[in-house]
This record gives sequence, structure tokens and C-alpha cells, in this order.
Amino acid sequence: MARLPHAGHYFTRYIDGLLLCGILLLMATGLITLFSATDANSARVTSQAINMLVALSVMWLVANIPLEHIMRIALPLYAAGLFLLLCVALFGEVNNGARRWLNLGVTRIQPSELMKIAVPLMMAWYFDKHETTLRLRDYGVATLLLLAPVLLILRQPDLGTALLIASSGFYVLFFSGLSWRIMATVAIAGGASLPLLWSMMHDYQRKRVMTLLDPTQDALGAGYHTIQSTIAIGSGGVLGKGWQQGTQTHLAFLPERSTDFIFAVFSEEFGLLGNLLLLLLYLALIARGMVIAANASTQFTRLIAASITLTFFTYIFVNIGMVIGILPVVGVPLPLISYGGTSMVTMLLGFGILMSIQTHPKLVKT
Amino acid sequence: MNHRIELRSYSRELHNFRLRLAISAGFMLLLFLLLFVRFFYLQVSQREHYHTLAEANRISIAPIVPNRGLIFDRNGVVLAHNYSAYTLEIVPSRIGNLERLINELTTVVEISARDRKRFKKLMEENRRIESLPIRTRLSDVEVARFAANRYRFPGVEIKARPFRQYPKGEFASHVVGYIGRINDKDLERLEADSELANYRGSQHMGKIGIEQSYERELHGITGIEEMETDAAGRAIRVISRTPPIAGRNLKLSLDFKLQEVAEKAFGDRRGALVAIEPATGDVLAFVSRPGFDPNLFVDGIDTENWELLNNSIDRPLNNRALRGLYPPGSTFKPFMALAGLELKKRWPESEISDPGYFSLPGSTHRFRDWKAGGHGLVDLHKSLVISCDTYYYSLAHDLGIDNIYNFTSQFGLGKKTGIDIEGEAAGLLPSQAWKMQRHKQNWFAGDTISVGIGQGYNLTTPLQLAFATAVLAGNGAAFRPHLVKQVLDSNNRIVREFGTSPLYRLKLDPANLKAVHNALVDVTRPGGTAAVAGAGAAYTFAGKTGTAQVVGVKQGEKYEESKLDERHRDHALFISYAPAENPKIALSVLVENGGHGGAAAAPIARVVMDYYLLGKLPKEAAAQPVDQVDEEEDEEHQQNREDGHG
Repeated sequence: MARLPHAGHYFTRYIDGLLLCGILLLMATGLITLFSATDANSARVTSQAINMLVALSVMWLVANIPLEHIMRIALPLYAAGLFLLLCVALFGEVNNGARRWLNLGVTRIQPSELMKIAVPLMMAWYFDKHETTLRLRDYGVATLLLLAPVLLILRQPDLGTALLIASSGFYVLFFSGLSWRIMATVAIAGGASLPLLWSMMHDYQRKRVMTLLDPTQDALGAGYHTIQSTIAIGSGGVLGKGWQQGTQTHLAFLPERSTDFIFAVFSEEFGLLGNLLLLLLYLALIARGMVIAANASTQFTRLIAASITLTFFTYIFVNIGMVIGILPVVGVPLPLISYGGTSMVTMLLGFGILMSIQTHPKLVKT
Repeated sequence: MNHRIELRSYSRELHNFRLRLAISAGFMLLLFLLLFVRFFYLQVSQREHYHTLAEANRISIAPIVPNRGLIFDRNGVVLAHNYSAYTLEIVPSRIGNLERLINELTTVVEISARDRKRFKKLMEENRRIESLPIRTRLSDVEVARFAANRYRFPGVEIKARPFRQYPKGEFASHVVGYIGRINDKDLERLEADSELANYRGSQHMGKIGIEQSYERELHGITGIEEMETDAAGRAIRVISRTPPIAGRNLKLSLDFKLQEVAEKAFGDRRGALVAIEPATGDVLAFVSRPGFDPNLFVDGIDTENWELLNNSIDRPLNNRALRGLYPPGSTFKPFMALAGLELKKRWPESEISDPGYFSLPGSTHRFRDWKAGGHGLVDLHKSLVISCDTYYYSLAHDLGIDNIYNFTSQFGLGKKTGIDIEGEAAGLLPSQAWKMQRHKQNWFAGDTISVGIGQGYNLTTPLQLAFATAVLAGNGAAFRPHLVKQVLDSNNRIVREFGTSPLYRLKLDPANLKAVHNALVDVTRPGGTAAVAGAGAAYTFAGKTGTAQVVGVKQGEKYEESKLDERHRDHALFISYAPAENPKIALSVLVENGGHGGAAAAPIARVVMDYYLLGKLPKEAAAQPVDQVDEEEDEEHQQNREDGHG
């Protein structure tokens, strides 16, 4: 059922049924929630549906590409991404105080989005290449491959994206077998250097951290988001206020309610029960990703599959965590639910790779 | 370790990888559990709390200010009413640069330097109040012009507000008083009285006069409108509405026509008049001249007008009838006479021989009669008609201060009458105890003598004198004087009524009363001290003149009016009631520095009596320009200046 390697229709040959099923259910949830969040704005909903179709097509395309080909583009993709990030740092457009976009004349692109996929690919490729003679030095090189784009993105500044890329890279390191001792050492050193990090942070980032600790400190400013979203969620109760009945949502108290804070809309209207179902749905997708990773046949596919799955989890946890007020407000969308085309495409690109790993004939290394 | 090359086994590697997958799976489950715990906390444990917050977000409670009660006189003449007008209001907390904003507003709506000053004052005094008016009473054109430019001025709004107006201006201003903007001090007081909730949305409250003392009745009960509002504060729909209950209307005991006649009778002279109906305690007229225009205070008085009122030597803000303290002079004599009769120290027919002075036994000090050489043989009747001093010197001596105090205090002298406006002065009726407390001295026999003619330590307010006169006119029936006759609900049904039962009744011998009444009637007849004022009266016009010294006259000196500065002349007093057989009205008149009571004060009483009893309107009274010096600061208005100003 899930695996249709040789038989079956050409069109669905490389599609993983379980993943697709979960994705479609989440997308439907997303559209329903978006309809409410935008006050029945069918134009917004339609445009999101188109985003989804585009993303699904991308997923289908990627799923049909055998991993050897994907592996081959890892280095050029990474190099191009890094180059574009440098261009952004030099000639990028400033928008809302952050330099994230590159104007190519015909269109504007955000190279950091590309790196979300390029970084784990590159690192996995690197580890795959040095698989047989893996030394500590290789971990050092891989860490540099990770740090270069992360630092560039941090400088833009874009804390949310930097965090996601850093974690996707970290997952590759982790699954490639980085020793626990080194991880512990780095963690301790990292903890010790927190004050230094604090001194390097931008004011808006510090403010976010401070308002996380006490959102009421700045109830009308930076803390407003968290306060209003926790009110929305808390007032939803067990069963929720009902679809399109959320007062926080419909009286516009919730900010960014169709994008980063859409979970508050969902939670206000569908309550604890809805939250539980949503988490289970996400969990199902994650579990499928884990199974695919566990069954993957090469170092490269294993690392990529595990990294994609855990990054997917990271998205979910960071987004919901910030909406319910246990994590700082960083710009991370809720996967498959938040409004926005770019993140949708990135997300499904990842799922395409997972499907490709699962559905293409497995080469066993000799 | 750096250069060690690990030999890797595929199966061990796979095992390691899967182990790490399992570890991370456990980790993810743990974090999801954390999310769920937080959901549970927010949506189950704290649900009520967040529900309340969401409702508070959603529902805004808007107060609906009740209409303030009207004030009208006993015949329905309106003295205070409301009308609706537009004001331009600024919410200072939403404005960055206020100066610039006001300059910009000037291009749309006219804002004078006076408006600016007033606004600045308001800002300083009302930090707790959100919205403050920069301009009041906008014209339709200005409203339209601002509406078209509204987008340029966030934080500035046009509001339709009820305004208080006093259509009679200066007339009865000391009775009606005025409302002013609620200031921080008022808010504290309201908070202390737990009245603050009822004042949500109210901008004004009574500051003085009836407006102040009947604030609770006049204000009404604030209504509530529950509105669903969005995050921008726009009202979406009304959820529930509790209508306000309008303030109660007040029907005064005052007869405005009479009040007007009385005020005009003063001309430019300073003074006071209080007229009371003896059978009810209804205050028919309550005059303190000069008055002021209460309309100036409603939205904060501006500096120029305030200076004008406050620095005038005529002190128009001083309520003379309520707070002015004057020696009663000879108007005290009727009460002394009655005391002598009631306490059996005198009989109507017993006579004394008046040499023109009185000396205590064993003393050479002479208490002089106003008439050098004396009045010859004087009985009680004559003593009142011609106002013989010597008769009362000896009577005072015979009575002693304790008897004088005990008897006359029954007429309300030396204590507050309890009239229904605030700030009344108590006056002073001297006693042994008082002197000991105040001056740490024993009472001397000589002190009693001048008390007998109302000159010693005695001080009365015109209101007290009128009350005492009303008790005398009513043969001992004492009704609390009251300016408000009825409190009416908005449908003019009576809620409360005053003056239906007396405070007390004095037990007085009718024969004694008759003797005093007869004498007082003859005061206004030929041979009496008020004969000129009483000439041709078509009713029995009882009265007693009085003259209160402003400056003392030394032993052996003579008081000569013409030699004195105008402001040092004597105050003229007159108490009166009519018709004497069945008095409908009792009053006291005071003319500051008016000279002799019979000449200055009695004619005013006559005008008032003629109008009240006969409906006869006077010819325009001749105005006498008079000036005055007074040191006493009027605390009450001073306070209101501080509040209401601006």
C-alpha cells in the first residue's frame, strides 16, 4: 500500500500513500482554519490552495527523482545558495529592518529559504562521501559547512530561519554519529557562552527573550502577540468556541492570525480536543518519516530522511511553543497550516525527498 | 584520537543510527507531551481566567450619562437646565506633540489663547481623566469642517455633550450655585463615598449651592451599555443596555419673581436678604449681593473673569446671607424684650427712666444711648418703637448673660440653621463658657451690657436673623429653613418634601408675644424708627431696625457718618414680618455700610413685602454706588477656582 515500487500507476508510483494522506489532511485543516482566520476571505483561501497545489507538484516532481540525482545536485545547490546569501549580505533589499531579499530584476528571492534544504543535503552528501573514513576532522568541516550560512542568515537578521537551518544541520551531525562526549562538551561550552551571545543579540531579539519571560512587561508592544494568543487558546477550553466563532480571532485581537499565529485561531475554535487531534496528525507524519529514515539504505538517505523529519518536528514545536507562550516569538510558520507559499514549497520539497527515499529501489552498498 | 581511522561496520553503524532515531523519537514525544501539558493548563486549568480576559477584550462597557435634574422655583420658573452641544475633545495620552496638534487644529477650528490656557490647566488638574475638551460649543460649520479633516487628527474627537445652563444668570446665583468639571480632588471624594462607579462618564458635578448640596439627587444613575468591540475599539453591536435614570428635579421654595424684586431693590449696594415663610420654613428669597454669573464656571472659568470676580473689593463670590457675620445690633432687642417678659424681669407696663446712658452699680463707665440725653420714661413698647438702648442695658444686666444665652439661643442664634446648602456660618452668641474657652477669661458684668443691644460679641448671619424672625413671627414654631421644597422624579412625581413639620415649638406666653408684636408693628408707624419705610403700608408691617458698628466709637466721641470712609460706615439691618396677625413672610435685610437700618434696610423690606403680599412691583430703585473693604478670603470659591478654573 504505502510502497508501490514497480507496480501501479505511473503517476502514483513514487508517492508514499501514508505521507500524502497526512499531508492532505493537514492541508485541509489549514484551509479550514485559514477561512476562519481571514474572515471568510475566499481570495486568500484560494491563493493558499494554489500555493498548496504548486507545492504538491514540487513534491511529486522531487519524489520522482532518484536520490542519486538529488545527491549530485547537493554541492552545486549549496554553493549557489551560499553565493546568493553573500549577495544578499552585499546588495540585499532591506525590508522591515531586515536584509533578506535579493532582487533579481524579474523576481525577488529569499536565498535563506533555499538553504533550509541545501544545508542538510550538503552535509549528508559530505558524510556520505567520507563514510568509510569518518574522522573528527570531517565533523569539523561539516560544522563549518553549517555555520557559514547560519551566520550569514543570523546577520540579516532572521533568527527563525537561522535556528531551523542550524537545527537541520545539527540533526545531520547527530545522526552521522557525532560522539556524545563532544556534544556534551559543546553544550556546556555553549551554555557558558550564553552571556556572550546575549551581548551580540539585536535589541529586538533581546526584547523577545525578555517578553518571553514576562509578556505582561510590554502588553501593548512585543508582549501583545503572546498575551492575545494565550487568551485565545485558553478561552477556547476543551471543545473550542466553534468554527468561525472565535472572538479573539474575529474581533481582530489576534495578530498575524493567518500566518505565524494561526495555531491560536485553530486552538480557540477547536479547543483542547482539536489540539490533540492536530498533534496526533503531526505525530503520524513524523512517525512515518522515522520509519522511512530507519529503512533508508545509504548513509546519505538516512541522514537526509532523519534530518527532514526532525526539522519538520522542530517547525511544529517552535511555532506552537511560541504561540502558547513557552518559547520566544521567532518567525517560524506552522507547517502545512500557516498561510504562505514559500514555506509550503520548502516543506513539501522535503516530503518529496522522503518519498523518493522510500519509493525508489534501494541500493545496498557493497 | 585525531588521526585514528575507525574501521566501520555497516551493521554497527545502522544499529547506532537506529538507536539515535529511537532516542530522538522519545525526545519528540516528550516535547509533544510538554505542549499538551501546556494546552491542558491553558484550556482546562486556566480556562475561566482566559475566558474572562477574552470577554473583557470583546466587551466594552460604556457608561450612559444620565440627564442632570432641573432646578426650578416654586412656580416653575427654570433656574438650571441642560442643552446639548458639541465639544472638541483631545485624549492627551494618545498625542505625541500636543502643542503641534493644537496648532494644526487651529487651521480647522478656531482655538483662542484662552482655550489653550484653559486646556493646559485642565491637563494639569485632571491626570486621571482621559478626554478633555479644547473647545466647547462648536458651531455647525466647525463641526462639519472638523469632520472633513478628522483623519488628520487621531486622538481628537467631536462629542455631543449635555451642557448646564443657568438662564437667570446672576439672579439667585448664590442659591443655585454651579457645576464644574470633576477634578482629582472630587474623584478622591467620590471614591471615598463609593460613588465613583456612578460617575463613570460624568464630567461635571455640583461645586457650590444647591447644585452641590443636592448632587446625589441631581446626578441620577448612570446607565450601562455593553458593546462588543473589535481590537481597534470599534463598536460591533450592542449586547445589553441598562438605561440611565435621569437625575431628580428640584422644586425650590424660592419665589423667583420675589427674588428678582429683592435683588433689584439692592441696586448697586452690597448686602443680603433672606425671606422665610414662618409656617413652613420655605425660603422665599435668598439674596447675597453682588452676585456672579454661574455660567462662567461650568467649563472652568478663564483667568480674566476669575481675577475680576475674585479680586473685586465687593467680593461677589462671598455668600453674605449664608456666611457673612454681622453684629445684629438693635434687631436683637425684640428677642431681649421677649426674654425679659418670659423670665419675668419686665412687665409690659413697667417703665425705666432713661438719662441717656447706663452705668453699672459702682462704675463710672457710661454705656451711652444712641440719643444723647435719653428718651425719658420708657416702657417695653416704647423701647422697641424708638429703639432705646438704655432700656436694654439695664434689662441685660437684670437678666444676666446665662439667661440671655439660654433664651435667645432657642431662636437659633449662635448656631447653624441647618439650611440645605453647604458652608453655613454658625455665628456667635456669647456665653460664659464661650468666653472662657475662646479668651481664657471670666465673664465680666460689663460684657453683658453691650450684648443687650446686639453689639458685644454677638455675630449673626442674615440667614440666622431671618430664621429667628420667622420663629418669632410664628409664635415659637421653628421650621428648618430650606431652599428645596420638593424633590421630584423625572415625571415630576414628588419623591421627598420639606417643611411639613416643625423642628420644635417654643412655649411662649401669648400675652408676651402680643406685646412684642404690637410694638414691632408700631416701629413702621409714625414715631417708629422705620416710619418712613412703613408709610402707607396696606398691611400690618412689623419690623425692627438695627445698626451694626463697623468701627468702634471711643468714650466721649460721637459717631458721625459723614466723617467716615464709606467702608467704615455702619451696616444697616432690618428684620420684619407681615401681616403681623398672621405672618406670611418673615425676613432680614442687611445693607453693608448702609448707615441706619431704618433708612437703608427697611425700604428694601417694604419693596419685598409689597410685592409678596400685594403683587405690587416697585419703581426702579435708585442705585447708590458704594465701595467696600473686606479681608476675609472666601475659601469655598477659592477652592472652586482651583478646581474649576480652566
